[in-house]
Amino acid sequence: MKKQTPIIEIKGLFKSFGKDKDVLRGVNINVNKGENLVVLGKSGSGKSITIKCLVRLVEADKGEIKVFGTELTNLAEDELNQVRLRIGFLFQNGALYDSMSVRENLAFPLQRHRPEFTDTQINIAIEETLESVGLIEAIDKMPSELSGGMRKRVGLARTLILKPEILLYDEPTTGLDTITSREISELIISIQMKFKTTSIIITHDMACAKFTSNRIVILRDGVVYTEGTYQDLEQSEDQWVRSFFI
Amino acid sequence: MVIEIRNIFDGIGAFILFIFRFFKELFKPPLELKEFIKQCYVIGYKSLPLVAITGFIMGLVLTLQSRPTLAEFGAESWLPGMVALSLIREIAPVITALICAGKVASGIGAELGSMKVTEQIDAMEVSAINPFKYLVVTRILAATLMIPLLVVFADGIGIFGGFVGYNIHSELNIIRYNSLVFETLGFVDIFPATIKTFFFGFFIGTIGCYMGFTASNGTESVGKAANSAVVYASLAIFIIDMLAVQLTDLIF
Ligand SMILES: Nc1ncnc2c1ncn2[C@@H]1O[C@H](COP(=O)(O)OP(=O)(O)O)[C@@H](O)[C@H]1O
Ligand SMILES: [Mg+2]
Repeated sequence: MKKQTPIIEIKGLFKSFGKDKDVLRGVNINVNKGENLVVLGKSGSGKSITIKCLVRLVEADKGEIKVFGTELTNLAEDELNQVRLRIGFLFQNGALYDSMSVRENLAFPLQRHRPEFTDTQINIAIEETLESVGLIEAIDKMPSELSGGMRKRVGLARTLILKPEILLYDEPTTGLDTITSREISELIISIQMKFKTTSIIITHDMACAKFTSNRIVILRDGVVYTEGTYQDLEQSEDQWVRSFFI
Repeated sequence: MVIEIRNIFDGIGAFILFIFRFFKELFKPPLELKEFIKQCYVIGYKSLPLVAITGFIMGLVLTLQSRPTLAEFGAESWLPGMVALSLIREIAPVITALICAGKVASGIGAELGSMKVTEQIDAMEVSAINPFKYLVVTRILAATLMIPLLVVFADGIGIFGGFVGYNIHSELNIIRYNSLVFETLGFVDIFPATIKTFFFGFFIGTIGCYMGFTASNGTESVGKAANSAVVYASLAIFIIDMLAVQLTDLIF
């Protein structure tokens, strides 16, 4: 295979909260275009912080973050927003806007960033996107009426509507039953096929990791402890690594 | 103890920066007019019943309570003017603002707090929508504008409450009552009292937003945000009132 420049490059990422709370201590991660990278790690190991640094929701203390070849660290707000628009972020519980219906949740980013769209175009885009996450029937529901799995689907639809090239999933299957988890994992793959996206998927769910990953990295003590394919890591000599696969 | 005092100053510093940020973002596009109007509706219109009831009771009770004293001096005809004066200068602004601290500031604190905890604010930020502009600026502006209107409304209802209270013991038609009221009232009574209500509104909005917007993660922080919003907004109202009264005293 030809060596390509990665679409996401994280180099020497440091982040601490206060003096004695070093969360990240030099994380290095590269992600190639079209790849699905799964990030594993015990809870509190800094997985969410890492992907939040990627969109500068959290400011790193030190380190380089390049997305689409652009160094994010000193980007002005406008330029940063241009990059953010090309990245979709699925939050742990969907992060739907409570006060808006599903339709309004999806319309909200569109109205802001595609001011040239007419109402009809917006409605078509909303319906198409909901269709692709299999939730067209929920279009006029409020977030409080949705189940956990549905909320995540709507959250995903809301990020997809801006046609991002990178998707960041923060524990997409946590808190869901096995069947729904499986459906979400399948959705992740089908989205990748359809929209040709690159993804980072944080998860604890080994079934999801197995199903979705091209490659896995494991975080421990603030650094990437090891990486490899699911099969590589499953066979690992290292007791601690293998403990994830039990 | 030292750490506690430091925390207080840290908090005040962060709050002042928050206010600076408000003024910085105020003039940046987009305007967020729709959300602003919605907030005016939520903060202003939805508080009307509560403000009406308290306003009416204030006027009524004040009249009933002051009557015996004035009657002793045979100065009952001063009653309408005196009640209106205390209502407009002090009682209606402060009580209405306190009611709004309880309803509006805590509502904003809880709403933004829960948006923060459930990562809705982060979600806005990553989809390149400025959450400060959309959520905070609109709410602070709406509160700054609506609280004065609510106070004016409470003034009116309070004077009417006074009229009802007056008529429990003696009879006076409303036209005569009103002329007694407006004979007493002057510019000095109305103008400074109105100016201070803008500050009440501003701080009710800012404190509610600050508490919610800076809530830490974890579900219990939503309750904490709502609670501190009420406490600090109420405290702020008293402090502003004190300063306003001193200032008015100096100027007029
Ligand atoms: N705003 C914050 N202030 C202080 N500590 C934080 C903050 N955000 C996260 N942390 C800490 O950083 C660590 C890593 O968090 P996170 O990345 O969310 O873990 P996870 O790997 O489970 O996603 C946790 O121990 C958490 O307590
Ligand atoms: Mg996490």
